[in-house]
Amino acid sequence: MSPTSAPPFLRPFSTGGTGAGRTLPFGPRSAGDTGLLPVIGALLLVWAVFGILNPAFLSAENLVSLTLQSAPVGVIALGVVLVLMVGQIDLSVGAVSGIAAAVVVVTTVLLEWPLPVGLLLALSVGVVTGLGYGVLTTRLGLPGFVLTLAGLLVLTGIQLRVLGPRGSVNLPFESGLVRFAQQGFLPPAVAWGAAAAAVAVVTGLRVAERIRRARAGLPRMGLPGLVLRTVGLAALLAAVVGYLGTARGIGYPVALFVALVVLVDVLLRRTRWGRSVRAVGGDRASALLVGVAVRRVTVSCFVAGSTLAALGGILAAGRLAAANQGTGGAETYLFAIAAAVIGGTSLFGGRGSAWSALLGVLVLTSISNGLTLLNLDTATRYIVTGLVLALALTADTLLRGRAAPSVP
Amino acid sequence: MSTPSARDTRSTHADPILSLRGVSKNFGGVRALRDIDLDVRPREVLGVVGDNAAGKSTLAGIIAGAHRPDAGRILVDGRPVVLGSPADARRLGIAAVFQNLALCENLDVVENLFLAHEPTRAGFLDEVAMEREAWDLLGQLATSVPSLRAPVRELSGGQRQIVAVARALLGSPRVVVLDEPTAALGVRQTAEVLNLVERLRERGHAVVFISHQAADLQAVADRFVVLRLGRFGGELDAAGTGYEDLLAAMTGASRPSGRKHG
Repeated sequence: MSPTSAPPFLRPFSTGGTGAGRTLPFGPRSAGDTGLLPVIGALLLVWAVFGILNPAFLSAENLVSLTLQSAPVGVIALGVVLVLMVGQIDLSVGAVSGIAAAVVVVTTVLLEWPLPVGLLLALSVGVVTGLGYGVLTTRLGLPGFVLTLAGLLVLTGIQLRVLGPRGSVNLPFESGLVRFAQQGFLPPAVAWGAAAAAVAVVTGLRVAERIRRARAGLPRMGLPGLVLRTVGLAALLAAVVGYLGTARGIGYPVALFVALVVLVDVLLRRTRWGRSVRAVGGDRASALLVGVAVRRVTVSCFVAGSTLAALGGILAAGRLAAANQGTGGAETYLFAIAAAVIGGTSLFGGRGSAWSALLGVLVLTSISNGLTLLNLDTATRYIVTGLVLALALTADTLLRGRAAPSVP
Repeated sequence: MSTPSARDTRSTHADPILSLRGVSKNFGGVRALRDIDLDVRPREVLGVVGDNAAGKSTLAGIIAGAHRPDAGRILVDGRPVVLGSPADARRLGIAAVFQNLALCENLDVVENLFLAHEPTRAGFLDEVAMEREAWDLLGQLATSVPSLRAPVRELSGGQRQIVAVARALLGSPRVVVLDEPTAALGVRQTAEVLNLVERLRERGHAVVFISHQAADLQAVADRFVVLRLGRFGGELDAAGTGYEDLLAAMTGASRPSGRKHG
């Protein structure tokens, strides 16, 4: 067999894609995945609990801060979603974000290069790293789990070298990156316009699809369902834009993050590439037999993952107006991977959604933000976050158990 | 062992679509197939029967382009061809459904049918066209697949087999090779697949049905080729061949009552 059929990064307690059936007391699922409902429920629960414990948690100003905190690690988590979807893992996303932050800061501050050059250089670090992982896993069959662990060490070392003996470099507050990340907010007219455009486009596409399906004699979404979804989407967007608008509003990094989530979502669900990603993550050997370009798809996910990680690091540097040896440190990759999994993206590959990055990171940031408001320390935060992750992992594994064939 | 030329002369009905002449295949020191001759004619179900290690799967692999024979010739419409890959075979109108089916369990029926060959519209997946074609195809096979949007993991073994066969039919192949399609199935699902084989014949496909389950073959095959330990073990016409004759030919317990032609 080709190296692409080598075992994926880890397969804990797995019976393999077509292995012996494992029956769980759930019965067959009705249709599709349970999707995002669990994480939406978790988010509402977390907000209810913290809102009761400290009403300041649900204030518009605090929620604006929460979204700003979420954006950098959320962008990294979005990359993690892509890598997990294809059945791989990248443990070095934190290190990539750290090195990207260091590159931007050092090139613009110490070397006084123009900001766009620094940004391009930082992003290309992500591209090259992802290419390296992709080629080594698909051509040589190296396991991604250990390969990216090695990458983590190497990249962290380079990050320290780039930062030099001082170990920390500050960005001036008038830097374009800092202004973008800290002080840039969508003007209300733009925010409302974008929300209205989103509703219009989504509804327009649904109506068009409905008409085509009717013409083709296929079952189609009922009219009440269509109206309900449109009203629901409009209400949700209006609530978000309106409520955040009573404070500072929607920050540029947040808008960028949401736009990237929408883009990745469309790519995953509506393009041949996205379908190949799910096929490769679900059953690599079958995808190969059918003619999916397994190697190319895997490499593209590694590249996208590392590049998004680099972008997350750039946003983090802008938000902190600095890069130091701790930027992108241990917490970052753990939180990014945890966010993806809590959001409902499977560690086993083939199942997930771009929105799981957004929702998962909101859950994690809400927990950390809420505990801080209650004056609880980092220790509590780690423990609670760890427990939430364990819960999400349990759900993931049980879902996979259900996925195991119960019929030969 | 009779000579190929002797066998050639017997064909009186339609010219074969696909012919194997003197095909042999070794894996290392193991002689998996030796000097096999075979003709597949339009609108017929050719049953290839044999016990374990008779070379059935090797034969399926050779016809489907997954294995290259070490000796012998393959002819399509009387012209010698080289089947270097499954894609080559498909281009020549030969599609195979292997025993493991190669379905992605996390994808639904439509997604599996069109995987790696999805039609697009302005760069995006054309779900309407795919679903439409899937309905047509599965409708022709009169199948009991519950929902086109159900993940394959929710389907029974027989339904999965149907999905895999439907996918093989998308390129309108002339020859469909089924490798042990009933091996893992229960009684009812086996009946479903046997029905499907008959419908393939009605649609005008030639079917090479490879199995060690003589009873299943007997239900649908027009003709049998028996493989025994990698060698040609006789050819039997469906009419007048009993279950015992097949078993005898498979195991070599007694010689089949000669080659019969209808």
